[in-house]
Amino acid sequence: MTLTRRSRDWRGGVFRGLLLSSLLVGFVTLAALLVDVVSTGWGYVDGTLFTSPPSIDPAIAGARPAILATIYIGILLILFTVPIGVGTAIYLEEYANKKRWYNRLLELNIQNLAAVPSIVYGILGLAFLVRGLGLGRVLLAGALILTLLVLPTVIIAAREAIRAVPDSIRQGAYALGATQWQVVSRQVLPSAVPGIATGSILALSRGLGETAPLIMIGAVTYVAFDPTILGPFTALPIQIYQWVRLPQEEFRYLAAAAIIVLLGILLSLNAVAIWLRNRYQRRW
Amino acid sequence: MRASALTLLAALALAGCGSERESVDDGGGGETTAQSDLSGRVEADGSSTVGPYTTAAAERFRETNPDVRITVGVSGTGGGFERFCAGETDLSNASRAIKDEERALCERKGVEFVEFHIANDALTVVVNAENDWATCLTVDELKKVWEPGSKVDDWSQIRAGFPSERLRLFGAGTDSGTFDYFTDAINGEEGASRSDYSATEDDNVTVEGVSGNRGGMGYFGLSYFEQNREALKALEIDGGEGCVAPSVETAQSGEYTPLSRPLFIYAKTESFQRPEVEAFIGFILEHESEIAEAAQFVPLTDEQLEQARTGFEDATT
Repeated sequence: MTLTRRSRDWRGGVFRGLLLSSLLVGFVTLAALLVDVVSTGWGYVDGTLFTSPPSIDPAIAGARPAILATIYIGILLILFTVPIGVGTAIYLEEYANKKRWYNRLLELNIQNLAAVPSIVYGILGLAFLVRGLGLGRVLLAGALILTLLVLPTVIIAAREAIRAVPDSIRQGAYALGATQWQVVSRQVLPSAVPGIATGSILALSRGLGETAPLIMIGAVTYVAFDPTILGPFTALPIQIYQWVRLPQEEFRYLAAAAIIVLLGILLSLNAVAIWLRNRYQRRW
Repeated sequence: MRASALTLLAALALAGCGSERESVDDGGGGETTAQSDLSGRVEADGSSTVGPYTTAAAERFRETNPDVRITVGVSGTGGGFERFCAGETDLSNASRAIKDEERALCERKGVEFVEFHIANDALTVVVNAENDWATCLTVDELKKVWEPGSKVDDWSQIRAGFPSERLRLFGAGTDSGTFDYFTDAINGEEGASRSDYSATEDDNVTVEGVSGNRGGMGYFGLSYFEQNREALKALEIDGGEGCVAPSVETAQSGEYTPLSRPLFIYAKTESFQRPEVEAFIGFILEHESEIAEAAQFVPLTDEQLEQARTGFEDATT
């Protein structure tokens, strides 16, 4: 009995094996990277890294301005992307008439924008924000350009979340005499919060890891003072990029340490996303 | 899945056993120097080679002028001049002298500037540490390897008597001043180079490449060789008057030709009216050798320093 079952199931076994190995590719690569970075950089994650400005001397170099700037950019990014992204998603899902050609064009464009390489946004930022609007090479310009970069992702995630709210909820609310405003603000949005939060935070993580557009709009590599919104800035990915290029070997360890800090920031953001999802999740 | 990844990370963090940072010998931290009340901003951009020099200078300057905010970018020598001539920066770092077309651009935009020769560097040609056949190459031999259209791909083609070993070339990317200077000195024309080599703006990639290939050859500033002495071997260069090894001494004395090069900071004349910019340049010229050493460059000779200081006085009076 078992013998015949086994011989009949070999295809299933092979398939399962293939699936497992594709899982391993991602997992082993990630684990190897993490082990390498942590073992190289852990000794350099110390007080100096968080409190000192960068220096030509690896013994006293830190990344305080870069860490602060990355946190500032993160906060601005949330403030800019969430209202605009969620607003766009609500319009597209709840208000837009999908039979109209301009709404379909809008949708198509948003999908395409999500696939535009980040360096292109950098060039746009340089031409439009830094030089065109005369904003200059400041932290705000960096945050704005990253906003444009992650906005399509946030919109798509928020739309998915809104679409996942069962129509019966909306119909039920209408049946009780609710207006569209009441339906959206009291039923649809609260139900979509977990999905929107997860999507936004994952998009934010992506934005914080970006280097190319920030280099393009002229984030500098040596800033010894704490960043301000309208002042020159550097960011963690740029600090890492710069340290890797320097001749002294110790800077490679510092770069690894800065990667650990960046990973720490991203992982805690992801943790917040998971917590939000679990706290507000509803099942129908 | 995600939870296990987090646990893994935590376990790694606990088991992490990287090298610790050396204890800090805080030179001069104890004595308090009189602090100036200068404030304002100084913006520098340009060569990634000179970047560490300006950074080292800014760091030291900050000890006595904590309110002057100096920023340093590394857009490359060419990229730096582009911003400089657009009037966006006060100082432009350059690992070569300004080109005529850049000079013309600055003129068109009405940006006047003063050139300061602030340090020297010895462009070092490196080979693999196991390379026991080549110790010295002539400029002609280097040209044979690097000139445009060169088909040399084996060491035996460089000089009769060299063993047959596949030649692997690593060099500077075309945006860098290092590339401009090397091609000018070796191939006789700025920017003229064979293009089938691994070009990179990141000199550590060249270090990796040359130290990983028995037949590797590459070039970069002296500091990258100083930091990788075990993994690489520097070639002596024969510029017509015998073989000379790259070093601080030979670069200063001018014996190491044609690959010893001057490094520059260009300062916008208009910015000199701001006391913080003037003070910063003055500081650099006052502490030139100390800064050059910290950034691992070859300091100026007394004569060169004298010349730079005279230029500074002319510009400020």
